[in-house]
Amino acid sequence: MPQLQLFGSDSAVLTVTDVTRRVRGLLETDYRLQDVWVAGEVSNLSRPASGHVYFTLKDTQASLRCIMWRPDAARVLVMPSAGDSIEVHGRVSVYEAGGQYQLYADAVRLAGEGALFQEFLRLKARLEAEGLFEPARKRPLPTWPALIGVVTSPSGAALRDVLHVLKRRFPLAEVTLAPTAVQGDDAPAGIVAALRGLNRLVRPDVILLVRGGGSIEDLAAFNDEGVARAIVASQAPVVSGVGHETDFTIADFVADMRAPTPSAAAEIVTPDRAQLSLAVRRARERLARAFAGSLAAQRWALDRQLDALRILSPRAQVASARQRLDDLLARAASGVHHHLSLRRAALSGLSQTLRAVGPSAVLARGYAVVSRAQTGKVVRSVAEVAPGDELRVRVADGTFEAEVGP
Amino acid sequence: MTKAKAKPTEDLSYEQAFLELETLVARLESGNPPLEEALSLFERGQALAARCGRLLEQAELKLKALTPEGVEPLEDTDLESEEPA
Repeated sequence: MPQLQLFGSDSAVLTVTDVTRRVRGLLETDYRLQDVWVAGEVSNLSRPASGHVYFTLKDTQASLRCIMWRPDAARVLVMPSAGDSIEVHGRVSVYEAGGQYQLYADAVRLAGEGALFQEFLRLKARLEAEGLFEPARKRPLPTWPALIGVVTSPSGAALRDVLHVLKRRFPLAEVTLAPTAVQGDDAPAGIVAALRGLNRLVRPDVILLVRGGGSIEDLAAFNDEGVARAIVASQAPVVSGVGHETDFTIADFVADMRAPTPSAAAEIVTPDRAQLSLAVRRARERLARAFAGSLAAQRWALDRQLDALRILSPRAQVASARQRLDDLLARAASGVHHHLSLRRAALSGLSQTLRAVGPSAVLARGYAVVSRAQTGKVVRSVAEVAPGDELRVRVADGTFEAEVGP
Repeated sequence: MTKAKAKPTEDLSYEQAFLELETLVARLESGNPPLEEALSLFERGQALAARCGRLLEQAELKLKALTPEGVEPLEDTDLESEEPA
């Protein structure tokens, strides 16, 4: 065994810093370690006032110190806690002052999410290649759904949200709930059975497939191939409303319409009652206007006929034509007794017509014109005559003299 | 729609009543029908609009549930008492 050379060349001696930097350099030039997901169980978690998070990731044979700086810690969706099986993303480097190598973490997810996500991407690609996401395949939603099917958990907030919106916007609808688990191992089969049952027994105009938000594991049933195919096979169009904020589920992609939440799904499939009331009011106004217009046109046409008759025909014919006109106008007027303004219009039309046929026609109905015999001045008031005055009375077919009684 | 046998407005759904109302208004606006017909269109239209208004104001959401036995009525209260949001 060679003797260790205690007094060799000084150039062989490195400082602690030198060594540490060389180690650090070795780690940081290993690209695999600079962008890596590491799986393990959390222990020794601490989060001091600085806001940085320190913990150790362990498996059965080794442990790895980890640090997450405060800004990264503020962004993570899943905050690790002791005992969790998690996957941490980051880069491996050296904390020089402590002489420790560690993982500088910048993202955390629950163990298994990575695998689930890969599976999700594979299924999505396959179904997309089959054309199941094609807009052309999607069915239009009904304007006024009389029957609405809802597939969800009977005890979830999603159902209450949906019913709340439907009551407010479109209480004319009938809702059939197809209750099913929406999470857990039974959920996919339950959802498929609910969709089939609604289509077979209820034949709704539209189906809402809803649940509250959750992690990718909670939403597994909505990424299930069987559920996706049941949505495609549904005769009624399906609207998905899964209350998750970030990514779409497979169900969202195959559904005929995707809503961001259960409430939004209920809104998308229904008209708003306030809008409908407005539409009815507008239709009612148009109806009244159109009818008034129609009456006016009829009256105008009759007036023209009457003019022609007055010029061409003996008086009796005029009178009978006027009587027919009176009849028609009277019927029109009684038909609109509930519409005061129209009746007023009809009456004013009537009086115009009477004026048009002239005083002789008025006299023919038994009216008389009374004037003073001497001056010919028309008498309009009892105050204008005294007993003994001589008057001339004009009726339809002539005049005669009269004297005012005592 | 033919005017041969008009259903009583009380038997019409909202959709049926509103669509008939729109058709009828369009006919009255464009067709210039004879007085008799205009009058009956107007009266029918009034009844249809009233039917629509009543349906909108008085409707109450009907709720049913799919059970192993078939489709059965469901009480709102069956749901409200369960777990909070």
